[in-house]
Amino acid sequence: MQPRGSILGTRVQRVEDPQLLTRGGVYTDDLVDDALASAVHVSFVRSPIAHARITSIDLTALRAAPGFVAAFTAEDLALPGARPMLATIDERFTRPILAAGTVRYVGEPVAIVVTEGYYQAEDVGELVDIEYDPLPPVVDPLAAGRDEVLLFPDVGTNTVCEFLPEHRDEQLFENCEVVVSSEIVNQRVAPAPLETRAAAASWGSDDRLTMWLPNQGAQTSQRALAALLGLDISRLRIVTPDVGGAFGAKFGADPEHAAVAWVARELARPARWSEQRYDNMLAMTHGRAQLQTVTIGGDRDGKLRAYRLDVVQDCGAYPAIGALLPSLTRMMAPGTYRFERVESAARCVVTNTTPIGAYRGAGRPEATAAVERAVDLFAAEIGMDPADVRRRNLLPAFAEPQENGSGALYDSGDYPAALELALSAAGYDDLRREQAERRERGDVRLLGIGLASYVEITGGGDEAGAPSENALIEVHPDGTATILTGTSPHGQGHATAWAMLASDELGIPIELITVRHGDTDLVPEGGGTGGSRSLQQGGAAVQQAARELADIARLRAADMLEANPDDLRIDRDRAAITVAGSPHVAVTLAELAGVERLFVRTVFTAPGATFPFGAHVAVVEVDTETGRPTLLRLISVDDAGVVLNPLLADGQRHGGLAQGAAQALFEEMVYDDDGNPLTATFADYAFPSAAELPMFQLETMETPTTYNPLGAKGLGEAGTIGSTPAVQNAVIDAVAHLGVRHIDMPTTSRRIWEAIQTATTNAEGRL
Amino acid sequence: MIQVEVTVNGEARSAEVEPRLLLVHFLRDVCRLRATNVGCDTTSCGACTVLLDGVSVKSCTVLAAQADGHEVATVEGLAREGELHPVQAAFRAEHGLQCGFCTPGMVMASVGLLQANPHPTEEEIRIGLEGNLCRCTGYHNIVRAVLAAAEAEA
Ligand code: FES
Ligand code: FES
Repeated sequence: MQPRGSILGTRVQRVEDPQLLTRGGVYTDDLVDDALASAVHVSFVRSPIAHARITSIDLTALRAAPGFVAAFTAEDLALPGARPMLATIDERFTRPILAAGTVRYVGEPVAIVVTEGYYQAEDVGELVDIEYDPLPPVVDPLAAGRDEVLLFPDVGTNTVCEFLPEHRDEQLFENCEVVVSSEIVNQRVAPAPLETRAAAASWGSDDRLTMWLPNQGAQTSQRALAALLGLDISRLRIVTPDVGGAFGAKFGADPEHAAVAWVARELARPARWSEQRYDNMLAMTHGRAQLQTVTIGGDRDGKLRAYRLDVVQDCGAYPAIGALLPSLTRMMAPGTYRFERVESAARCVVTNTTPIGAYRGAGRPEATAAVERAVDLFAAEIGMDPADVRRRNLLPAFAEPQENGSGALYDSGDYPAALELALSAAGYDDLRREQAERRERGDVRLLGIGLASYVEITGGGDEAGAPSENALIEVHPDGTATILTGTSPHGQGHATAWAMLASDELGIPIELITVRHGDTDLVPEGGGTGGSRSLQQGGAAVQQAARELADIARLRAADMLEANPDDLRIDRDRAAITVAGSPHVAVTLAELAGVERLFVRTVFTAPGATFPFGAHVAVVEVDTETGRPTLLRLISVDDAGVVLNPLLADGQRHGGLAQGAAQALFEEMVYDDDGNPLTATFADYAFPSAAELPMFQLETMETPTTYNPLGAKGLGEAGTIGSTPAVQNAVIDAVAHLGVRHIDMPTTSRRIWEAIQTATTNAEGRL
Repeated sequence: MIQVEVTVNGEARSAEVEPRLLLVHFLRDVCRLRATNVGCDTTSCGACTVLLDGVSVKSCTVLAAQADGHEVATVEGLAREGELHPVQAAFRAEHGLQCGFCTPGMVMASVGLLQANPHPTEEEIRIGLEGNLCRCTGYHNIVRAVLAAAEAEA
């Protein structure tokens, strides 16, 4: 019999799917567990005002309502709250679990209402009588930066932290023939996973809390929740049910989660919470929210020389992960380009809006959006094709790690090849011809072609140092195997991918391999899933564990078969150890496991972060009479090194492309000047459906990294990072000949129409 | 309280319920069929889609009382003797699901769509599924799955 081929790199269908397709996932709100029998239902009364003093809270009417169990305010809680995540930030920016004295955004939790059932929560919520004394709100981050209205008068400023270059180079653009500058809005968007936030809490007789929580890393959530509750982590077990999407916004633990745990303890009853979409849109962290000023300089022949990026990061009302985002933006500022000089600065401010957190890409899409817009602005200024400006300035291919001048060490890349592949797959020259023809014949449907070249950082380490992840594999006497992983899938397909890796080493069929994660009693350590780290570290750990397990099996088999371990090899057709040359002498892994437990736990450590890259081309049609943009095509080259399962990889890319295009064209969390959110429901928020998006055209390119044996880099966020500026650039490109240089995202029909009107009026004025 | 009797996946289910009880909560909490999800409060997301007398509806916008005397089909009733329904099989083959939260509703909406139009074009599928939101897949593979299912059923 021929040895079977490796399944790595093949389109293996997901083992997760039969359950999800026939009985549905078991999300937190679906859980049935004895420990949750007769649980109370927790809901939150949220501030309807962006900035106010709370003058009174009256709960009396509530107490007589049917189904009422209890109600609590900040005074009852006595919990420390969520401290800022950077040690350099003033502790007085700490976010309370429930607003104490002052509310700082619409949606901030003010009181907890506990009822027997969830329908009753809707009845009684209205009976809570809270009086507010309004304070002037500040919504615009630039206004916040002027400190005329303070969110934290004690601190005396709305500026949470600043990141400045070591010295400002006044001569940054000295030798440039052309310098272009523009202000760019990278707007606030809602992560909007289809499953909202939820929790279920139960305290055991040992006074230990079990908390079921949709999250992206149980161990991170355990630490965060323990800190919020003032508990030692040993008294807290996190269990992760199926998770209905997260996109960065389900990392750690939120104040509401701490409140649910606290209620369960206070009432000595299990407690559950599952928020409504309206609450989710108001109170789950939002993403992006940067105001950027880009300045780019170079020569008329297309050579770029210098680039400056200034960021004002809106953190929302409390500095959460939002305050960390600009560091990543700054690090990735120069993108794929060879500038002589790059400088960046950032300032983080609080405003009377929902706190900002991570959202797919988290800091990197903002960097790419800025530099890719800047390059297009430069190209327009000198009248050169944007593809040619990019060709002229991309870093050449490299296989040895290379500094980017902003603090990142790019591991490997071939940016020109990615760009050329995307351009040829798009049929770039034909598209330009068609664009010219349409313009010439005065077609009301103009064509726009947008490019983006990108590089991003994935799988970075944390404060603890080099990036690492653990895995445990055990083979059981019945021939099945279990993998424990510190990653935390919520749609990515780790159960399939990790089983493929173990199966490839050990020969155990993937259907016989169970992957478990997200229970801190079972897997005490782990970095979770985020920052596109899982395959390159978690997957690498699984492969390493499988190899180590095969080695142990050979040693044990050597004893049993009385053979020299060097003569033994693993027979992957039978999941057995055999003697080279005499395949009939064999002992299966299952048999070995029957003699003595057969398992390995290992930690894989990478030398550093990896830098996947690619190029996207977007083709849009703009109707000049209505301004309406239609995304016709999106072509992507995403090089994330060696691909383990193209089915899963393509799925990650599709999802990212859609979210990126959606930011460019549709989505924005909008507030009015008083801080009232205007897009807090799915009826108002422009979450795209299938009808607004095209099929995506994916091109393959695989440049391996040497940072892990799989050769893999991260892929989960790539789609979002390249597509956002590609689509935005395409919209602007469609109307560029009219004199339009920039349109902020989302490039809605109205904005495009207005840009056309302004440009046309200006042109007429010049005549 | 009112008495309702609904045939769910071929099985008669009767219960005393609050008049305001939504069909989705009747399915989830009375029938203990929890594949059907709730993703919004504005009839926008379609995570709750089921078939009511063969036509896809958003069960968060139908009262259990309105389903009294009618037939409801959820994703739990779709597979026959362990065999995936062609739409389910196509979703798996084409990787039309990631986190799975939109999936039961998306699958039921697709079944409803194909019943009404057995040979839809890509465009017709995209418009037909407009009321079902997915945050994970970008719809690419969902649309391909529905095309493939139409092919398979032909
Ligand atoms: S739950 Fe969103 S449409 Fe029914
Ligand atoms: S698969 Fe996650 S929302 Fe559709």
